[in-house]
Amino acid sequence: MTVHSQGATTSAPQDAPRKSAGRPPQAPTAEAGPSDTSPRGGRRPLPTGWLPYLLVLPAVASLALLLLYPLIKNVILSFQDINKIEFIQRKYPFAGFANYTQLLGDSNFWTVVVRSFAFTFANVVLIMVIGSLIGILLNRLGKWMRLVLSMALVMAWAMPIVASVQVFYWLFDEQFGVMNWVMRTLGFSGYEQHNWFETGFSTLTIVTILVVWGSIPFVALNMYAGLTTVGAELYEAARMDGANGWQTFWKVVFPNLKPFFLVTTFLEVIWVFKAFTQVYAMNKGGPDRASEILPVFAYVEGQSQAHYGLAAAISVLTIVILLVVMSFYFRLILKQEEEQ
Amino acid sequence: MRTRKPLRPATVAKNAGAVLLALVFVFPVYWMFSSALKPNSEILTKDPVFVFTPTLDNFSKATGVTNFWTYVTNSLVVTVGAVLLALLVALAASFAIARMKFKGRKGLVLGVMMAQMAPWEVMVIAMYMIARDAEMLNSIGLLTAIYFVMVLPFTIWTLRGFIAAVPVTLEEAAQIDGCTRGQAFRKVIFPLLAPGLMSTSLFGFITAWNEFAMVLILNKDKTAQTLPLWLTQFKTAFGNDWGATMAASSIFAIPVLVIFIFLQRKAVGGMTSGAVKG
Repeated sequence: MTVHSQGATTSAPQDAPRKSAGRPPQAPTAEAGPSDTSPRGGRRPLPTGWLPYLLVLPAVASLALLLLYPLIKNVILSFQDINKIEFIQRKYPFAGFANYTQLLGDSNFWTVVVRSFAFTFANVVLIMVIGSLIGILLNRLGKWMRLVLSMALVMAWAMPIVASVQVFYWLFDEQFGVMNWVMRTLGFSGYEQHNWFETGFSTLTIVTILVVWGSIPFVALNMYAGLTTVGAELYEAARMDGANGWQTFWKVVFPNLKPFFLVTTFLEVIWVFKAFTQVYAMNKGGPDRASEILPVFAYVEGQSQAHYGLAAAISVLTIVILLVVMSFYFRLILKQEEEQ
Repeated sequence: MRTRKPLRPATVAKNAGAVLLALVFVFPVYWMFSSALKPNSEILTKDPVFVFTPTLDNFSKATGVTNFWTYVTNSLVVTVGAVLLALLVALAASFAIARMKFKGRKGLVLGVMMAQMAPWEVMVIAMYMIARDAEMLNSIGLLTAIYFVMVLPFTIWTLRGFIAAVPVTLEEAAQIDGCTRGQAFRKVIFPLLAPGLMSTSLFGFITAWNEFAMVLILNKDKTAQTLPLWLTQFKTAFGNDWGATMAASSIFAIPVLVIFIFLQRKAVGGMTSGAVKG
């Protein structure tokens, strides 16, 4: 499996892993067409009239209307008192910081915050560690075995989240699920009809297995792509110096792939932290609201409890947390651009 | 082909590990398809059945759900609509960003970068309030517009890269040969963008096809829902009809799996930012 990137000479976020792995981007070659260079080489002075503004207008307008406006509306709602009655009457009185003070004084909210952080931490650590190990394994396999393993990884990666949630629910079914059979076969007792969705913790454990299973391929395949750019002679040199595998990794591989690790870790943190679909589709945040993470908590507060203002406040706080993580991420990206 | 070397224990261990991992990763996908093809008597067994005569009963049950074709139509309309809109709007914007100097360009680039990471799942409550007050709940049009904005930043970024990679001299040569700027774009740049248009639209398609949170909150009316919601229904509607659920999941997943196999070379080493999984 070759890593092949056509065009894309951007230094866009999504190029970060590849860029950090030091791949020279290749421009698509122009096969046809006249190739006589103009007398004025390089970039010509571009028109600075109204044309560029006209060209970007549709994009800017739609982003403003459907992304920026909802974000602003979200903040406004969080300062309003909207429950069932206000919602029906469509009168949204301002409530100052009431929603926020209520939240910050609510132990349930803090439980969900701690749960969200723990869930994110567990997932990201598992994804990064196992993903990197599989990436290293890919690098050491023969051609055919590598193809087999990468195809399996691509399959897991490609599965739509909603579909994989259904499949995992079925794998862990109480009566006829494969997992209970596996546990019985391995000799564990108590798995005749074990209900895996009995507690919030157990539900989130299954969500974690699902998320880790679905996210590892991205890390592993990109890791492998990065490793192929660390020259074989470096490994050879490390071996000659008598380094073992562990030392080789920390002394040779890790410094070379550090930007990749950082960028990927931040991305995974952002993805896992807002994993609404996986958690909600699995068990609606249940049983008894015990598997809710922040985005699900906001949704349930708004939709089922009709506490719209409060839900908006939860959303704002969640977005603030995400923004902190993102600011680190963008700092990294911009630093990498400067180094280019 | 390498010449066969005697296998060392380390190599055996590596390959065994790789096979085991491959099985672990592929098993849920395999189990989805095999459960979909099993007759019900073979699904509801205490110990799993691995050998069976395949049947298509579950597929006819899944597609026999009321409104099935409405779900399919809605899904196709919102995904295709969103992708086409995004391509059109992004082509114009990315051309300006890649080829022109104008005030506010840097800010726009930064904005597009930020917009790529937009936490849509966390904005559903606000979107719901906006849609309700605008009388636009259960609207296919609004859903299409939202998906269009979801895939737009990513599309702009990627196309910008492709346009920037086309040498300016090609355009100039065309203009010297008497083309207008617009013609030069159409005849010179556009054909070179084909691969870029292809891959961005497929990634856009996957994003919109899989989206769950927005449609869940905005469109409670079954006639305005998409396939992801159809999938989550079987658990309740049939009291856990696993055969039908797996058949439905397979139908939903196959297009994406096919696209991914086709795109995987492009997907690795690029394409993050939630465009693929977010």
